[in-house]
Amino acid sequence: MLHRFSKFVCGSTVFLLLAGSLVTSTESGLSVPDWPTTYGWNMFTFPPSKWVGGIFYEHGHRLIASLVGLLTIVLAAWIWRVESRRWMKRLGAAALAAVIFQGILGGITVLYFLPAPVSTAHAALAEIFFSLTVAIALFTSPAWIRGDEAVDDAALRWVATAATGLIFAQILIGAAMRHTDAGLAIPDFPLMFGRLIPDHWDGKIAVHFAHRVGALVVTMAVFAAAGHVWRHHRARRLLTRPAGLFVILVAIQLTLGALTVITGREVWVNSVHLVCGALVLATSIVITLRSWRVAFAMPRAASAVGAEREADRAAAAALAVGRPGLQPDRGARA
Amino acid sequence: MRLRSLGLYGIGLTLAVSITACGGGQETSSTSAEPSSPAGASGGQRVDTATAGSLKGMVALEGAAPRNEPIRMNADPICVKEATGPQAQETFVVGSDGKTLGNVFVYVKDGLGDYVFDTPTEVAKIDQRQCRYHPHVFGMRVGQPLEISNSDPTLHNIHATPKNNQEFNTGQPIKDMKTTHTFTSAEVMVPFKCDVHGWMNAYVGVMEHPYYAVTGEDGAFELRDVPPGTYTIEAWHERLGPMTQSVTLAAKEAKEVTFTFKAPAAATN
Repeated sequence: MLHRFSKFVCGSTVFLLLAGSLVTSTESGLSVPDWPTTYGWNMFTFPPSKWVGGIFYEHGHRLIASLVGLLTIVLAAWIWRVESRRWMKRLGAAALAAVIFQGILGGITVLYFLPAPVSTAHAALAEIFFSLTVAIALFTSPAWIRGDEAVDDAALRWVATAATGLIFAQILIGAAMRHTDAGLAIPDFPLMFGRLIPDHWDGKIAVHFAHRVGALVVTMAVFAAAGHVWRHHRARRLLTRPAGLFVILVAIQLTLGALTVITGREVWVNSVHLVCGALVLATSIVITLRSWRVAFAMPRAASAVGAEREADRAAAAALAVGRPGLQPDRGARA
Repeated sequence: MRLRSLGLYGIGLTLAVSITACGGGQETSSTSAEPSSPAGASGGQRVDTATAGSLKGMVALEGAAPRNEPIRMNADPICVKEATGPQAQETFVVGSDGKTLGNVFVYVKDGLGDYVFDTPTEVAKIDQRQCRYHPHVFGMRVGQPLEISNSDPTLHNIHATPKNNQEFNTGQPIKDMKTTHTFTSAEVMVPFKCDVHGWMNAYVGVMEHPYYAVTGEDGAFELRDVPPGTYTIEAWHERLGPMTQSVTLAAKEAKEVTFTFKAPAAATN
């Protein structure tokens, strides 16, 4: 149940990311000038008849964020109550802290008229929070707890971790580009002012250029990680499935990025581009964490008390029949 | 512990600011910042109206004005109801012959030296009506109160994005709400926009002196009681930008000045 709920929180966060990206894509961020109130109303009693124009996006974003905040409180409490893995309790608390701080950052950015550093930090923390929900969903999954198909491959760990870091950096550049209004600083694609390299520069052009170069670097990193999985771990579906998805998502993301420029930042193209970027990050995190699964089966971790009965039974059965896998992450409990 | 304190401080601060910023149906007032040097407050010479002249003129448009961008107000059903018929931006307001340009802010940019002027006590006004700003382009003085009103039965936020003055963003959720704001520094131009209704925009020129005017469809303007001297006169248009010329005015002289903007090649704006 906890795993299912954590997946629900994860999915809700994707929806929240879409709502947030629609706020910036429609330039509605300041359509509700006050915070935490909405035009003087309590946020939750603001009449739906007044959700017009930009308010629909900004107020909708606040409501969805409140829902995700509530879900995160439940998730953190649930983890705290049933999990024996101490680091999982900390992870739940970290997710809760992140979503609270994220709400405050959102308020500050409205009250101070969307300063680019605060808005960019708001975007970055959104991705970090989403990553935490992805990690929690993964760590509570039966396959993780049993240690199914875990591998001890240093090269995979290196390439997957590097890909995750590069994707996060690329998302940060994208956020900076979005919040400094540099999305069309280079207005043509695939060339840049009709050339391979821009013939003139300013801050916005540099940020935009960095995002395009970053796309190439990330694509190479993704292909390196996915290629490594295909070459060395083809039998392990827990790795090949996200690796395949990784490549598909990056192809979609590149297309959306190009279309964002070509369509002059069409609202939905621009917004889905942001969400797809988050999904690329999530996929990378899953591969990376699975590549590090061996580190979670060390004796100290395995000695944690309160093992989840169901997971333990499954793990014991797996070990008994000699299925591939490592020691169960025995602190876990569903 | 420290993080929690910071979080609480942040919540408290933002609550306080938001409660202050949102009147919830009451009249509110605000000021950009503390005035650095109130107009007319200290020494300097006064204009002698006996020797003052005037600058009359025309703003012409060379070439065909682009078609104004159509506005679709269906993001807010109340706007659709209030503003009947096809709607378009007011970027190019031209005379019947298409050769004169309205909504151009003409003002004395430089040359007034140490003249001082009293700050007017009458209130400048901008209204949100039929989901547009009225007027679209206007001028007012530093220190003069600006009354912002909402005549629409829908919500507006009035969001000013100046460079020299303090940015502000005020919600007016109720019909007939009024807010007063005072600018403390001269600035040409301060853009206003409504983030609820993305098509709404207006521009205000904030001046230290009274020598400014906004052209009508006939392109005409007049600056009265200008003391003799040599001035830089600027004409500013929201799309075509600024244009300046130097003018020397003798005592009691009525001088004619013409600005000619070239229409852009684009089909729409």
